[in-house]
Amino acid sequence: MKPGSIAVVGAAETTHMGKILDLSVIGLHADAALNAMTDAGLKPSDIDGVATAGESPTNIAHYMGITPRWVDGTSVGGCSFIIHVRHAAAAIAEGLCETVLITHGESGRSRIGAFRPGRAPSSLLGQFEMPYGIAAPANQFTIPALRYMKTYGATVEDLARVAVIQREWAAKNPRASYRDPLSLDDVLNAEMIAWPFTKLMCCLVTDGGGALILTRAERAKDFPTKPVYIIGSGESVESPMISQMEDFTSSKAFRVSGRKAFEEAGVKHADVDHLMIYDAFAHLPLYGLEDLGFVGKGEAKDFIAAGHTRIGGSLPLNTNGGGLSYMHSGMYGMYALQESVRQMRGVAPAQVEGAKISVCHGVGGMFAASGTIIFSNER
Amino acid sequence: MPRLLPEPTPETRHYWDGCQAGELRLQRCVDCAHTYFPPRPFCPKCASRKVEVYKASGKATLYSYVINHRPRPDVSDKPHAIAVVELAEGPRMMTNIVECPQTPEALVLDMPLQVTFEKQSDEITLPFFKPAGV
Repeated sequence: MKPGSIAVVGAAETTHMGKILDLSVIGLHADAALNAMTDAGLKPSDIDGVATAGESPTNIAHYMGITPRWVDGTSVGGCSFIIHVRHAAAAIAEGLCETVLITHGESGRSRIGAFRPGRAPSSLLGQFEMPYGIAAPANQFTIPALRYMKTYGATVEDLARVAVIQREWAAKNPRASYRDPLSLDDVLNAEMIAWPFTKLMCCLVTDGGGALILTRAERAKDFPTKPVYIIGSGESVESPMISQMEDFTSSKAFRVSGRKAFEEAGVKHADVDHLMIYDAFAHLPLYGLEDLGFVGKGEAKDFIAAGHTRIGGSLPLNTNGGGLSYMHSGMYGMYALQESVRQMRGVAPAQVEGAKISVCHGVGGMFAASGTIIFSNER
Repeated sequence: MPRLLPEPTPETRHYWDGCQAGELRLQRCVDCAHTYFPPRPFCPKCASRKVEVYKASGKATLYSYVINHRPRPDVSDKPHAIAVVELAEGPRMMTNIVECPQTPEALVLDMPLQVTFEKQSDEITLPFFKPAGV
């Protein structure tokens, strides 16, 4: 795919976010899809490709009245939608379809119409991890952090600082779930969830959704929105079991996905104006900054402490407030994409002035998968 | 409440049989000598199907962990560590640390550990790890 040949021409989140009692999971997908179609000025008959995770693309195509010529149901956790953008861009570039709708909806908090995954005691995870008490991402995803902290001399204050800075961004965002300022002590003294992680180092659990519409860049001028171009992309997976992650101080999936995206885009890290790193937990931005190559190994804590990722810093990070303060339905990747698109359109509540390149990097499962998109508002 | 227990598959049966016999069993590739975990009937490094089962030393070190303050009712009613240990033979595995206070002060990364087995049911015995010398 030639960098800049495919553009996002429609993007929207659900009308409401947080606690939504009048929509089930598929209704959240649909609400976001309708908002994105309004944004792009399209009808169901204008769309010929559907990608989604959580729901099947069959359900979404039928529910929305779309007859697709291309579908993608890649479902590898919260970064699935980031990977859908990559797959959709390739499919459009290859002529498999013309206009793709990517949807996400999740009743993470209210659990209305939510799929309840069954226990799989004969899976590898069921045999070799489940017996030891893993119950939620909070007590699995966090396990590598202690090894990272010992290796690089990172402290609980370094984890807490991530949450504090993201709350500063959230304060500028009227749609953020939490906007009140946080101190390091607030974070450190919050309820202990999985030592060393307190509640404020863990993501929110909310209801919501989002949708994107992609098409060929040549057609972008036909749409009412400012086009946002895809100039690079990457993806990878590693292991479904956190215990089998190759290196507890670095995600292989992050490294592979990030490197491919930067190679495709042909941009340097210094060219990047805005960055989203899926933050299900406070250690993820540390891993992300290092594994994407913005800083060297073990340098993320000092980079963050020096204020580079804050408002006015050299690399604004998670400018919507992130999964820690903005919202987190369970599969957050779609919201990271939405914020990158808003920044590239120049309409974000905490807009980075003059931003031309945005990197959106996501995780799936517990360091199990990864997707990266590099966006630009210039071709 | 009984602990949620694994259901062995044909590919993992030797491992669970080993636990019942008081042995931690690993697999090693006959062609490239790579030791790996979790069990599977081929080498994930070179794809050879010529692999052998052997008894591991049971020695390990504490690699990383969290202390879960929201314990699953079938596992504990108090905060407890969910740990990953590095076996002397190389592979890492998830486990719980037993015969040791579940505190950051007592659970020190890289501390030496030894496997110990606890019968859970007629079919399943689980391997746990305890501080070496206990």
